[in-house]
Order: sequence, then C-alpha cells, then structure tokens
Amino acid sequence: MIEGIPITHVLIVSAFMFFAGICGFIVRRNMITILMSIELILNAVSINMVVFNKYLFPDQLQGHFFALFIVGIAAAEASVAIALIINIYRRLASINVEQVNEMKH
Amino acid sequence: MDYSYTLLILLIPFLAFVFIGLAGMKFKPVVSGLIGTVGLGLVFMLSWYTAWQYFFVGGLVDGEYPKIIAMSVDWLHFSSSLTIRMGILLDPISVMMLVVVSSVSFMVHIYSLGYMKGEKGFARFYSFLSLFTFSMLGLVVATNIFQMYVFWELVGVSSFLLIGFYYQKPSAVAASKKAFIVTRFADLGFLIGILLLSFFTQTFDFEILTRSDHSIFSNAASSTFMGMSVLTWSCILIFMGGAGKSAMFPFHIWLPDAMEGPTPVSALIHAATMVVAGVFLVARMFPVFYFQAPDALDVVAYVGGFTSLFAAIIACTQYDIKRILAFSTLSQIGYMMLALGVSGFDGHEGTGYMASMFHLFTHAFFKALLFLGAGAIIHAVHSNVMQDMGGLRKYLPVTHITFLIACLTIAGVPFLSAFFSKDEILVAAYHHDKLLFAVEFLVAGITAFYMFRLYFTVFWGKERQYHHTPHEAPRVMTIPLMILAFGSIFAGYLPFARLVTADSRPFESHLDFGIAIPSVLIGLAGIVLAWILYRKESSLPERIVRSLGGFYRMVYHKFYVDEIYLFITRNIIFNYISRPVAWFDRHVVDGAMNGIGWITVTSSKMIRGLQSGNVPQYGMVFALGAIVLVLVFAFLIR
Amino acid sequence: MALNVWMFYFLATVIAVCSVLTITSRRILRAAFYLLCVLVATAGLYFLFDYQFMAGVQLVLYAGGIVVLIIFSILLTSHISQKFPKPEAIRLITGIVVGVSGFALAMLAILKYAFKATDSAAIRIDMHTIGNQLLGTGKNGYALPFEVISILLLAAMIGAIIIAKKGK
Repeated sequence: MIEGIPITHVLIVSAFMFFAGICGFIVRRNMITILMSIELILNAVSINMVVFNKYLFPDQLQGHFFALFIVGIAAAEASVAIALIINIYRRLASINVEQVNEMKH
Repeated sequence: MDYSYTLLILLIPFLAFVFIGLAGMKFKPVVSGLIGTVGLGLVFMLSWYTAWQYFFVGGLVDGEYPKIIAMSVDWLHFSSSLTIRMGILLDPISVMMLVVVSSVSFMVHIYSLGYMKGEKGFARFYSFLSLFTFSMLGLVVATNIFQMYVFWELVGVSSFLLIGFYYQKPSAVAASKKAFIVTRFADLGFLIGILLLSFFTQTFDFEILTRSDHSIFSNAASSTFMGMSVLTWSCILIFMGGAGKSAMFPFHIWLPDAMEGPTPVSALIHAATMVVAGVFLVARMFPVFYFQAPDALDVVAYVGGFTSLFAAIIACTQYDIKRILAFSTLSQIGYMMLALGVSGFDGHEGTGYMASMFHLFTHAFFKALLFLGAGAIIHAVHSNVMQDMGGLRKYLPVTHITFLIACLTIAGVPFLSAFFSKDEILVAAYHHDKLLFAVEFLVAGITAFYMFRLYFTVFWGKERQYHHTPHEAPRVMTIPLMILAFGSIFAGYLPFARLVTADSRPFESHLDFGIAIPSVLIGLAGIVLAWILYRKESSLPERIVRSLGGFYRMVYHKFYVDEIYLFITRNIIFNYISRPVAWFDRHVVDGAMNGIGWITVTSSKMIRGLQSGNVPQYGMVFALGAIVLVLVFAFLIR
Repeated sequence: MALNVWMFYFLATVIAVCSVLTITSRRILRAAFYLLCVLVATAGLYFLFDYQFMAGVQLVLYAGGIVVLIIFSILLTSHISQKFPKPEAIRLITGIVVGVSGFALAMLAILKYAFKATDSAAIRIDMHTIGNQLLGTGKNGYALPFEVISILLLAAMIGAIIIAKKGK
C-alpha cells in the first residue's frame, strides 16, 4: 500500500492501457503493431494483478506470481507470433492483416 | 348354379392388356393382335355361354330372373357400415351387356387385324382395346355403384388413350383431351349424386337399392333442398354423369371430335359400348328413378328427346362420314334415353325400359356395322369426306351390301332388327307423352333421310376419278362386316320382352300396327327424298342449301355450341376465375415458399459476413461482445 | 506531496501518453520505441510498489526480450522508413467506440466498487519468500505452475523454430 495513492487511481491507469491496447488491436493494420497492442493488454493485466495483491491482500503472493506467469506466457506467445509473422511474410511478401483472410466463408 | 367362371370374362382381357402392354414390343405386331383377338374370342364364347346359362338353364325363379352375385370381395374396409366391395352381378341387363360388349369387341379385334395393319402402334392399340374391354365388362357387372364409378373412370381413361392414339396429330390430342375433360366434368355430378344417395340410404349396393322393399329410402324422403327432394337431386346428378358419357346435350361436344381416333375405336367405343354406358346406368338405377324420383325420369326423357332431334338435324349437313355416323349415334342414344324416361315399371307398363334395352342391343350391331363399313370405305379411298367419294358400289361389293343392310335397318325398314326395337320405343312414347312421341316420329324420318343421303352419295352419285382404283377390303375386314350384318337382320327376332324387362318378369309384347305403319311410311319418305336429291348428280341439294341460307350455316356449325363453350371458358372462366387463382398460386403460395427460402439465404449471407477472415473484426466483435455481456449480467440482470 | 505520490503520477502520465502513441504512431519503429517506454514505466511502477523482483523480471523479459524480438522482426519484414497510411474512418470509429465504451464500463465498475482490504498483516517480500513459494509444494506452493510454464516455454520454442524454418 502506497500512502496517498488510492487503489482506484492505479486501476484507472491499467484500465486505460488495457483499452488502448484493444483499440490498437482493432485499428491497426500491420501485424506487428497488432502484436504490440496485445503486449499492452497483457501488461495492463499484469499491473492489475500486482495492484490487487499489494493493496487488498498483502499477506499473500498470488497476484505477484500470477503476474510473473503472465510475463512468461507473454514471452512465449510473442515468440510464436513473430515466427508466424515471418512465415507469412515469406509467403505473401506483406504483413498487412487484411491480406491474411483465407479462413473465411 | 355356380357362375364363378364369369371372373374369367373380366380376367382375360385384363391379362391381355398387361401382357401386350409390357411385352408387345418384343414380338412381331401381329402376335399382339392375335393374342388380343384370341383372348376376346374366349371372352365372347364365355359371355354367350353365361347368357345361355342364365336365361335358359337357370331361367325364371319365382317368375322373375334373379339377381345373382357370382362373386364379391371386400376391397376397402373402413368400418362395419362402410365397406367397398368389388364383385360380379348377373341380371338380365348385365348379361345382355356382356353379350353385346364381347361380341362387338370381338368383331372389332378381328377387323383391326386388317385395318391397323402396318400402323406403328399396333401392339399398343391391342393392349388399349383389351383394357377398354376389361373396363366396360367390369362396369356392366358391377355389384355396387362405387365399383361402377371406378370402372366408369377406367372406361374414360381407355377412351382417352384410344382417341388420342395418333398422338402426334394435334387434333387427335385435342379431341382426346376434350373427351376426357367433358366426361370428367359430368362425372363430378355423378360422384356428388353417388355420395348423396349413399349418404341417405347408407349403402352403395345395387341389390339393396333396387329391391322392391323401399324402406331404405324413408330417411331421405323428407329431406328437401331448394324445393326438390334429395333423392331427385341425386338421381338427376347421377343422370348428369350418364349424360356426359352418353354425350347427351349439353355434353355432346366430345363425341363428334372423338372421331379422330381410328375407325375400329369409333366402332367399339363410340357407337356400341361406351356411349351406352349412360343408358345402362339409368337402366341399372331404374327402380330408384321410377319410385323415388319420377321427376328425374322426366328430365331423362326430355334430354334424350331433345338430343336426338338436335343431332339428327345437324347430321343432315355434315360431310365427314364418320361425323355423320357420330351424330347418328347421338340421335339413337337419345332414343334409348327417351324410352327409359317414358317407361313404367310393372309388366307391360315397362315397355319403354324393355324397348330401350332392345334398341341398345340392335343398335350395337348396326352401328358397329356402319362404322366398320365406313372404315372399309376410308381404307379404300384414303379420305373421310363425302366429296371425295362416289360410285363406290362397283368397287366395294361386300361393303356396299352390308352398308346398305345397316342403313335400311336404321331407317326402320320392316323385318330388320331396328324396326322392332324402334317400334317399341314409339309405342312407349305414345302412351306416355304425345309431344315426345311427335319428336321421335319426326326424328325417325330425318334419320332415314341423312343415312340415305350418306349411302347414295358414297355408293351412287357422281362417278369420280380415283387416282388409284379403290379395292375391296381384305377378308379379315369383311368377315366381321358380314357377321354384324347377320346380327342386324336377325337380332330383332329375339323375344326380348321375355328376357329383359324392368321388373325382371317376362311379358308378351306385340306389334302395334297403328304406330308401326306411320313410322315405316315416314322412314320411306326420308329414303325417297334422299333418292331424289342424291342418287344422281344434281344441283337440287345446293339450291336448297342456298335458300336456307343462315339457318343452314348455323346447323352446319353444329349450332355454334362448341364456340359458345370456348367463349365461356376462354373469356369468362379463364379471365375471371383462372387468372386470379393462378396469380394467387404463383405469388402467394409460391411466394411464401420462395420467401422462406429467400429469408434463409439472406440471413445466412448476413451471418456468413461474420466469418470474414478479417482478424481485427474478430477482435472487435470479441471485445464488444464481452462489454455487452458484462453490462447485461452486472447491471440488467439482478 | 510525498515524492512517491509525485513519482506515481509522473509514471502514470508516461504510461498513458506512450500507450496512446504506440497505437497511433504512423512509423513502425517509433511505435516499438513507445512500447518500450510503456514497459519501462511499468517497471518503474513495480519498483514503486516495492516489488523489485517483479520489476526486474519485467525489465529483463519484456523490455529486454520481447521488445528486442519485435524490433528484430520489424527490421526483417518492413520498410522502416515508410509511413503507414491513415486507417479507414469506419475502422477508426469502431475502435474508438469499443475502447471508449469499455473504458467507461471499467471506470464505472472501479469507482462504484468498495475495495476492502484484508486484516492480516503484510508479509515481507524478498527473494527468500519468493523462492520458497515458487518451488514449494505446500499450501502456497507454485511448483506445478512452474513446471507447466516451463513445458509451455519449451513447446513455444520448438513451435517457433518449426514455423519459422525455411521449409523444403
């Protein structure tokens, strides 16, 4: 608990980052920028976990470890995503997400 | 007496139809013809044997000829009170009809071996002939009115198939459609009549309906509809069905056009057998008509009388020989209907009934003879119209003599068969209704006139140049002619009143000279008039035609009845009834179905849009969906 | 105001501004840089919370690992000097609507809820505790998730290699 900073302020910051990430996911066209938006989302969630742990449950470490695992998973996911993007670039010579639309009706 | 062998009379033609129909194309055509003919020969012998057994060996039981049910099987069993049976009923008129139908059919089968030789559908023709014979025989031995209706429709179908035999000719197709539609329309009345009658009497069975105990009608006696009792309505409606099949006015329009079929078909169906089905129906239902609905009998008599006059007048102006014979058939059937209409029931009162059946019997022979003779003429000259014929007596001797015998018969010349039968009809009419008597008396004269007009124009008249000499028909065609001529001469000597009567009790009939002599005289007058006008080439007929002017034109066009019907159907029914109904069907009914399809396709297209492959769109849907769900669950649902 | 409060608001501002810039920047390398700023600011926030281990992991993995990976892939696949075209209007509007509505919803939830802290005493977070709990199998042990995530990382590694391999 940090004196002077109510929990809601921190949560507002993380919520802002989260929805910025979602907005970026919808708006952006380049696949790597979409990946960056996803990282923003994960990061926001991570902050949320840490904050809840620190403010509401200071006697446990569950939020802390959750955030740790989120970082680990984000790393794994980013690496696989980059591999996919590189493969797509090789086939289509472009990483515009609108051109990757073969799984449709 | 065991009459179960009568089942063979029905079974043999049916099996012939099936066999020839399925396997006929695999053999040479003449094999199908022979199978059909041999089968009919067996039926012919069985029918005469049955008649002999019934009338002479079995004979009278308690003073009357019994109604014998040779066999009866339950066909459709709905409940204990509603069961439809099929069976064979033997009584004087059905046995007589068995003889008539099988004899004429047998003659036609033999004749067609020669007439239809070389035709493309030879096997098909014989299978249809067998089908028709089966249906007609089934109709006459029906035990209940429902079975009769079933076979009635079968006969209509066979007629349709045979009229449209030359299916590549549009006129033949149109004629067969017309025949079927007109008779089907009349059968609507028949069906409603059957339903009415069976509803009020709770039975279809002829034996019960025609019993002398009239208790089953007590239910119906009190119900009336629009002023007439329901029984009268049902009898009139049943007569409507008979009128359609027998081509009474106003349902007569199909019979002249039915001449598009091959001539043996015209002989069998449209002269001797099918068209008398209506007469047979009224005769079968006669006790019901006489005791419960005497007004219906009056309708029968007047319709018959009117039709015979109407048809006789038209026949005087036609040039196609088959059409003349068709109108002659209409006229003679009018005679038979009239005779039934004026008839009483007990003993001597029932002369009309007896005369009608007698005339049916003799008419079958001479009309079939006339048609088959016309077939021989057409075969020789290759044309149907009188203007292409003349002086044929030199080239076709046998045909000439037999045709002459038939013409003399129909004119009512004494000692030939129709003299006796027509005389009985005139006697019955005289004692009942003088107006009808006068009409029929006049028609007798007109009949003689137009038949001899036909005879003289074809066999005497102008000598024409034929591009190839007409030759006599082969023996296979002339032998039936000779047999039928024999029948035409001698059939009148059968003591009919001792065999077929209204109450099945024989009585003695005698010749009434007071009526016979005037009718012979008017017949001879008709013959003489025709002699004067047509025996030699003369301009007298044309002068008469010109002086009659508009009246002649109207009669030549058959009083424009066909045109009136066409006008009513095309302009009125098609425009005001069919078009709206068709519009409704196309737009509302089909529209609803198409609409359901369209909705399905369109909504699926819209749903499909969700799978666009566009990843950011997926993300948006996901996020939006999550937000909406949170809203719903957190705030709206408590 | 205490310095940490001031620090907090500074870091919060950096996070907010840089995350917006990440998603709106029209040059891709700049977007990657802004992402890096966001991640470093988050690490700063963790330091403020006294979660040094977490902050360290954040810096090493996220900032040092993932962002470097992203920059590598940018260099491999894009022309770094070209500008992105502006996004279509409808896409922009949809994104903004979704984002704003979601943010409003979240705000509503945050502000309305009464957060109640627990009464138990805080424990001291140091490497000793973290280590014991991470590999412990008792009540608060995270040995199983630890093993699972290590398998996940292995699978991700193998998957990435196979996907990115130059196939025959």
